[in-house]
Amino acid sequence: MHELSVCWALISEVERLAQEAGEDSIAHIAIRVGELSGTDPGLLVRAFEVARSGTKAEHAYLTIERCDPRVKCTECGLENVTRPNRLLCACCGSFRVNVIGGDELSIAAVEFTGTGIPRTSDPPAAGGSANLNTEEAPHV
Amino acid sequence: MCSHCGCAANNKHRLHLPHRGSEDSTIASVDGLAHEEGVIRNILAANDRIASHNRQHFDESGVLAINLMSSPGSGKTSLLEATIDALGPELGFAVIEGDLETENDAARIRAKGVPALQITTGGACHLDATMVHHGLHELDLNGVDVLFIENVGNLVCPASFDLGAHCNVTLLSATEGDDKPAKYPIIFRKSDLVMLTKSDLLPYLDNFQVDRAAATLKASGYDGPLLRTSVAKSVDVGEWLAWLRQRLADHRAGLFLNRNHPG
Repeated sequence: MHELSVCWALISEVERLAQEAGEDSIAHIAIRVGELSGTDPGLLVRAFEVARSGTKAEHAYLTIERCDPRVKCTECGLENVTRPNRLLCACCGSFRVNVIGGDELSIAAVEFTGTGIPRTSDPPAAGGSANLNTEEAPHV
Repeated sequence: MCSHCGCAANNKHRLHLPHRGSEDSTIASVDGLAHEEGVIRNILAANDRIASHNRQHFDESGVLAINLMSSPGSGKTSLLEATIDALGPELGFAVIEGDLETENDAARIRAKGVPALQITTGGACHLDATMVHHGLHELDLNGVDVLFIENVGNLVCPASFDLGAHCNVTLLSATEGDDKPAKYPIIFRKSDLVMLTKSDLLPYLDNFQVDRAAATLKASGYDGPLLRTSVAKSVDVGEWLAWLRQRLADHRAGLFLNRNHPG
């Protein structure tokens, strides 16, 4: 369950972005998680509930775009979506492919509340996770 | 190790200024630091920075660093013992051991006369670059040719964290079955070398066919060799020692480019 470590790293990076922007509260974090990154989006969501507590991302939405593994055959040129344990060309079956997607573990966007005022007076959301949300964007 | 590099201070990183989005919100822009379209930065950027720092330290020390990964009990420490027995007279070794608890593995290495540092992670299922960095402060690399970082036994989590090693070596033991690469493909794809350990048991095992393992490794994106080793009743580590010697020679000649860490 290394997803908690990944989440702490995520919180650390977005807090750094907030600091650079002079912002005190993060409203929305959008990340990309490729299936070849070795990180499970479902576990990441659960870990985020724990990791965000007491941070600038405490009230942030988290949206995750899942990215399927994609390969491009170096022999026939075909590009296809595949599975992590089948990095093969769907046309000619060759293993001589370049992975062109699925390694993502990155921050795509961070949205701040924009007030510049610490929101410490705000009561926490009911249950502490009401703002937590995940979305699955269409597979790329 | 870092008395002159300033690593004790916060790692400096080029600041990224977000663009103002609307009156109610600002959205960090995706230009500037972006190295991939639509990406502000990698989530594990901090780990990667420390990993690069570790790698630089290895390079400056003339050390080849190898991240050794596998399931628990597949024979990582036994392989290191056999390697030290075979090459100890000609090469200097050091070992960083990662386990949740105990000094057992470090004690086995020290018994061979090789310096070993045990990192006990508590509950953590993997080593990360910071743990290795802290370990390096405790380990004298003078006279060391090869540093082995024996990761926590786990085929999942260690694959996600760059430690700063020059190459990843993953063990697959015969008793685990030949479908392990199909079940845990990520770690094998990130490997520069995969070795089949406990290969002397193959005649007694129905669930391991070498050609089937090789096929699943290829489908998982690993295109290197599957070297066989055994270290118990019959010691056979010749191919591994040859690989290690060649890797060290390439590293020293500056010819080795790790496919996971180009540049």
